[in-house]
Amino acid sequence: MVKLKELIKDPVAGEEYFLKGNSSCAGCGGELAFRWIMKALGKRTIVVAPASCFNVTIGLYPRAGPAIPYLNMAFAAGAATCSGIVAGLAARKKLDPSMEDITVLCFAGDGGTIDIGIQGLSGAAERGTDFIYICYDNEAYMNTGTQRSGGTPFGAWTTTTPTGKKEHKKNVPMIMAAHGIPYVATACAGYPLDLYQKVLKAKKIKGTKYIHVLAPCAPGWRFPTEQAIEVGRKAVQTGMWILYEIEDGKMTLSGPSKNLLDKKNRKPIEEYIKLQGRFRNISPEDVKVLQKWVDRQWEDLKIRLACQS
Amino acid sequence: MTELRSELKESVRIISGNAACAWAARYARVQVISAYPITPQTTIVEKLSDFVENGELDAEYIRVESEHSVMACLIGASYNGVRTYSATSGQGLAYMHEMLHWAAGARLPIVMGIVDRGMAPPWNIWADHQDVLAARDTGWMIFFASNHQEIFDTTIQMYKICENPNVFLPAFVCLGGFIMSHTQQPVHMPDQSLVDEFLPEVPKNGWPHFFLDPDRPITHGNLQNPGGPNIDPSCWYYEYRYLIQKAHENAKQVIIDVAKEYQKKFGIFHGDLIEKYKCDDAEVALVSIGSLADQAKIAVDNMREEGYKVGAIKLRCYKPFPTEQFQELAKKIRVFPVMERSMAFGLIGGIVSIDLKAILYQHPKHPFVLPVIAGVGGRDVRVEDQIEVLKTAVEMAETNEFKTELIVSGLHE
Ligand SMILES: Cc1ncc(C[n+]2csc(CCOP(=O)(O)OP(=O)(O)O)c2C)c(N)n1
Ligand SMILES: [Mg+2]
Repeated sequence: MVKLKELIKDPVAGEEYFLKGNSSCAGCGGELAFRWIMKALGKRTIVVAPASCFNVTIGLYPRAGPAIPYLNMAFAAGAATCSGIVAGLAARKKLDPSMEDITVLCFAGDGGTIDIGIQGLSGAAERGTDFIYICYDNEAYMNTGTQRSGGTPFGAWTTTTPTGKKEHKKNVPMIMAAHGIPYVATACAGYPLDLYQKVLKAKKIKGTKYIHVLAPCAPGWRFPTEQAIEVGRKAVQTGMWILYEIEDGKMTLSGPSKNLLDKKNRKPIEEYIKLQGRFRNISPEDVKVLQKWVDRQWEDLKIRLACQS
Repeated sequence: MTELRSELKESVRIISGNAACAWAARYARVQVISAYPITPQTTIVEKLSDFVENGELDAEYIRVESEHSVMACLIGASYNGVRTYSATSGQGLAYMHEMLHWAAGARLPIVMGIVDRGMAPPWNIWADHQDVLAARDTGWMIFFASNHQEIFDTTIQMYKICENPNVFLPAFVCLGGFIMSHTQQPVHMPDQSLVDEFLPEVPKNGWPHFFLDPDRPITHGNLQNPGGPNIDPSCWYYEYRYLIQKAHENAKQVIIDVAKEYQKKFGIFHGDLIEKYKCDDAEVALVSIGSLADQAKIAVDNMREEGYKVGAIKLRCYKPFPTEQFQELAKKIRVFPVMERSMAFGLIGGIVSIDLKAILYQHPKHPFVLPVIAGVGGRDVRVEDQIEVLKTAVEMAETNEFKTELIVSGLHE
């Protein structure tokens, strides 16, 4: 992982491309993630943001937080718009070579990725569009007021699952890995340097790159705003969220997740869920169901890792 | 590659209506194409694939997984200031509906061929205008070609109209499924160099208002509050919408100018917003769109042989609506029968007839609009059917009695 000391020396990392005074909620995990992502990508980046909090956090017209070209887009259209931009840039390069070296980023929520946007995302990945797709996963439709999504975990309260969600979270990073794209990674806003490093790596790779970032959301998950980092880290330490990279099909665990293959090293999920009001009414039986699901994720990983070596 | 393209010499090709679309896109040197197959549009996108893969057209071709993505791709590409093309039909057009609003709202000069077909259920793939007319108020300009030559010429003209800075709107160029898409007609094509001269050059640095440039970072499409007097003067959503309306108004003169310029350069004229046929002394003029408009000329000729003073009006451009032209025509013409392959459910007539009624309602001469539904789902519309409608209209003109019941021509008993 990059050291903070090294990072400070990097001029790009010192720049902010998502400016102060934007309209994010206090303690927004998505905003933190976006700032670090942009530090890694730098100025020559075009961002597409399908409908999500990130059509609002950027600020109401005429104010705009992004210091890079930023395209608000229809909910399902993030990835395909990027395919079009990449093609448009390719056409422009024929007339103007300075169009070289531009990175195209789709920055979408879990709803825009896991649910309504998955068809377009899958299509873009299958076409091998040369872009980075980053899902910031706050595990519900937050912009519309916390309705459940395919990314909401089992047992979590949302306004459309008032007694807790009955289904488990959809595993989209692995679905993306099944597309055979050159780079898939998971990250967490609680570990911004790990995220930064992964984005730097993705930027250098040609083809479709997919990064799935867990982004704690204070108002939606019901925790005090100063605890976003803490909650994100607990998600990783309990194994609820696993940090890894899949480079050309080869998976490696990263960051704190490296040491968590052995169940003994993982904290019980209670330590994570007790921090959040959205799990307030989860029954002890359902905690067991959720814990079992977490353990199964790890068992699946173990098999995959064993098969690789 | 460039050499190969500039070699295109003047020629006459006997081709399908769909091929005319593809050839026009090639002549316009479109830079990005995105498409998804649907009957009866498919042979357009197949032909374009051939052009691109043979190196005859230097375009990026994005073969997407859905029509929603087709339009998203073209929006992304067009935001770069490059020339784009696609084509679709029926269900495909409906599927991309959300993105149609987006393209027009962002004022992107995208051109798309629409091979019109009936909306399901039940499945239907034949000429029917319900598909494109359901996109009536998306902000797109809507043109109907009535023969293959016109498909080719209109598609080329369209780039000049859409890319005019006073317009900056996307446009549909429509042709009826099978009856036009899959039949063959001779199409005269000019030297590529003449088309290059005719069309504007795509600006190297893009159009100023929609451009993705890291050196000029712009955030596009921010949320805007409603605003209002003394509330927040920095809210412009309403004004942006109004500017789309203004652009339609501006487009009217541009369409007329471009049609004239095209005639001067290529010697071909298909009308501007409308094409009049034997209307000068007519008391009745049959209004239609697409292939029915070409056929209407035969019906008019037949009627004229019997001594009736009738004419025909081809609605070449439906959006912007040729309001002024019809108001002028209504000074002399008593009855406008409108025969069309669409239904304005719950109202009386097809969709175009409703609009024509609206713009003529306050006309001092109080002309009649006679709505006639015909040929829905590609059902054959014969010259005899058009003559019958014309005769009904003539009777109305003579008796000055308006028929209120809807005429549905060619319906099974
Ligand atoms: C086609 C369409 N359906 C619904 C919406 C309403 N909508 C806007 S944002 C949003 C939720 C976005 O959720 P997510 O992608 O998870 O991003 P978040 O708001 O949580 O950051 C919804 C449902 C829309 N804009 N477009
Ligand atoms: Mg979300």
